[in-house]
Amino acid sequence: MSDTQTFLLDGEEVPFAPGQTVIQAALAAGRYIPHLCYHPEFKPHGSCKVCTVRADGRTAAACTLPAQAGLAVESETEELKELRHTLVQMLFAEGNHFCPSCEQSGNCMLQALGYELGVMTAGFRHFFPIRPVDASHPDILLDFNRCILCELCVRASCEVDDKCVFALSGRGIGKHLIVNAESGRLADTEVALSDKSLQVCPVGVILRKRVGFAVPIGQRKYDLRPIRATALESAPRGPQAPGPCPSCEEGS
Amino acid sequence: MHALLDAAMGRYRHNPTCVVQILREVQEQAGWIAPAALSYIAEQLGLPRARVEGVVGFYSFLHAQPVGRYRVLFSDNITDRMQGAEALLDALCRKLWVERGKTSEDGLVSVDTTSCTGLCDQGPGLLVNGRAIARASRERIEAIGELILARRPLAEWPPELFSIADNVRREDLLLGSRPEPGAAIRAALARGAGATLDEVQASRLCGRGGAGFATGLKWAACRDAPIQNVQGASRFVVCNADEGEPGTFKDRVLLARHADLVFEGMTVAALAVGARKGFLYLRGEYRYLLEAIEETLARRRAAGLLGGDICGSAGFDFDIAVHLGAGAYVCGEESALIESLEGKRGIPRNRPPYPVTHGYLRQPTVVNNVETFCAAAWIALHGGESFRAVGTPKSAGTKLLSVSGDCERPGIYEYPFGVTVREILRDCGAASVQAVQVGGPSGTCIDATEIDRRLAFEDLASAGAFMVFDETRDMFEVARNFAHFFAHESCGFCTPCRVGTAMLADAMDKLHGGHGSQHDLNEIHRLNRLLQATAHCGLGHTACNPILDTFRRFRPAYERRLSSFDFEPAFDLDGALAEARRMTGRDDAGAHLAAEP
Repeated sequence: MSDTQTFLLDGEEVPFAPGQTVIQAALAAGRYIPHLCYHPEFKPHGSCKVCTVRADGRTAAACTLPAQAGLAVESETEELKELRHTLVQMLFAEGNHFCPSCEQSGNCMLQALGYELGVMTAGFRHFFPIRPVDASHPDILLDFNRCILCELCVRASCEVDDKCVFALSGRGIGKHLIVNAESGRLADTEVALSDKSLQVCPVGVILRKRVGFAVPIGQRKYDLRPIRATALESAPRGPQAPGPCPSCEEGS
Repeated sequence: MHALLDAAMGRYRHNPTCVVQILREVQEQAGWIAPAALSYIAEQLGLPRARVEGVVGFYSFLHAQPVGRYRVLFSDNITDRMQGAEALLDALCRKLWVERGKTSEDGLVSVDTTSCTGLCDQGPGLLVNGRAIARASRERIEAIGELILARRPLAEWPPELFSIADNVRREDLLLGSRPEPGAAIRAALARGAGATLDEVQASRLCGRGGAGFATGLKWAACRDAPIQNVQGASRFVVCNADEGEPGTFKDRVLLARHADLVFEGMTVAALAVGARKGFLYLRGEYRYLLEAIEETLARRRAAGLLGGDICGSAGFDFDIAVHLGAGAYVCGEESALIESLEGKRGIPRNRPPYPVTHGYLRQPTVVNNVETFCAAAWIALHGGESFRAVGTPKSAGTKLLSVSGDCERPGIYEYPFGVTVREILRDCGAASVQAVQVGGPSGTCIDATEIDRRLAFEDLASAGAFMVFDETRDMFEVARNFAHFFAHESCGFCTPCRVGTAMLADAMDKLHGGHGSQHDLNEIHRLNRLLQATAHCGLGHTACNPILDTFRRFRPAYERRLSSFDFEPAFDLDGALAEARRMTGRDDAGAHLAAEP
């Protein structure tokens, strides 16, 4: 027992293994920290900043913050809940999110986080960006309106599928998802229905055609159980940490 | 087309980490990166096409669409605006019959703005196909318009148009020293690598790029970090000449006048940390300096000051390559700069690990500012103690300031640390001062009551920008200009900065448009708290500074713009009917919304 290292999360001890970040150790120990771009199967990315915590007085993203013995981490404070609330509002204002008509309603992490954090309105002026959909592929629809730029599809396509079907272009508020084809159309890429990149979108950008609404709204993942509970189920238990990936494009 | 692409790739031996350089050269010669060219480059370098497309989309000076055979970009810093840039841009657009931001129908020309080009002391500045032009005036703009209409190649334009002045107004340790090339390296070799690093530590030199990290500590950490065991592994020394902070132009002058001193400092650093390869990351706006810099490097190689066995010291091998930026302020952040050096989008990395242990190609890397390397060369020559004797207890040495704005003698001033703002204002001939922006938009804005404050890490830390505003200037407009700068330059990686800087620029425009209320001011403060707590890098952390600083000190400039103290929508209902009124030819009372009682 003496060689297990721990840090404090909201005053309670959380064990960790060397190399784990705060969120990895917290989820493995059954402690939820709200997050969006973090995915247990991928190297932490640190872009959405929803998992921001206060560690020894300084704010940091829990997904990229290395766990250290004795670190005092605050997560469930009014200040941090307010910051997360505002970040989720910003994502709603940045894209075009019409939950009631979205095929992913009830399966969407952004929507579920909105409920988790009590987000009732976007709170800011909507940007209403013009983002045409890509319906070129016979089996897959890309609806960029809902993209939150978490890069999970980019990472999955490069690291797991070894195809790099997806990438990012532009900068600042003009940053956007692109596909790997001179025509700019998904139909002209190497994408296949079995690709990992099609399974990781936390929102409703990547949709399979002709299978929509198979499960009625009201009976979907987050309709049945809040994200706080489901996130813990999908997190790996035990202290294994994903290894570094030198080929990750951004922020790696 | 393929010949051009093959030649560009050949110059970089088809190295995918050089893709930004390859794209920049193709852009320079072809005017844009056509879709087929992009596919070919990606294929030849073995990179996914989408990744190369993402790189093109990231940098302001790379274009995936045709942008005109002549591309005119007016520098859009507040100092350029104060010198009349907007009216000149409009005049050029009228002369060329082109809409701002659009390419003319015949594909001849486009006219737009770009972030500060570092010619604030001789503005307004502009770039024509990447070539810098200073002192824009009615006459010069008229001449440029004629040259474009006559389709004269840039090489045939009068050389006088491209002359850039150094405007050095006050010399001290660095600007006053012109040591013989090689003298600092020989002094360092005589002392030995370890003792040289000891001197740098004893000097208490801190980084001159803004953050002020102790240079000796950085070098020691790099020297002590193990090299990752791969083919051709080495430590690296990188000179950050991506001088993007609006209002800063000292590195331009150092590279134009004292390039030897810069390279001398880099070579001393290489000796101290054990590096074999160096890079000068030169911002794209300073492209015009490239040929002279390459000549200096060639001369130093011929003199045995770069290359193998430097100064006859067996095994001391070090050489420097120049990488040009392509229009991205965020690449001044050291880890984003390294990403850009590796041919990627310039996104700041997650830290730790830091560049001193995992930098360029994951190898230990020292990144220092141009001025820091000059100081290091001086220290190698004269010792750490004599450097430390200058300045204040916590700020050793001198600081170069880029003075611009409302003053009689804008230019470069080198002072020992601890100089007061009052002394600088007196020397540069500034009268009726309302405010000084110290350190650029990400620095501090002070008012006339604070001019006895001192330039030093203890008080006003600065990367070197010093913009003076007299009493006629509207400080709200200064802050609005900076808000748009940050929104334009946000890399977009993290949510708070990507969305927050755009919201800040919107909020400032709303106030500017007369639709603001107390609610909007509260929102600005809320965004500031969010950015400071959650942004990924310094750009986001400081993006609110100019608004908060000016709000605190020049509150009436904001309050007179508020239409009410309650919430006010940005949407103007009556204004929305303007088009209908125009179409129906009506403008009577019935065609307007009645004012609310």
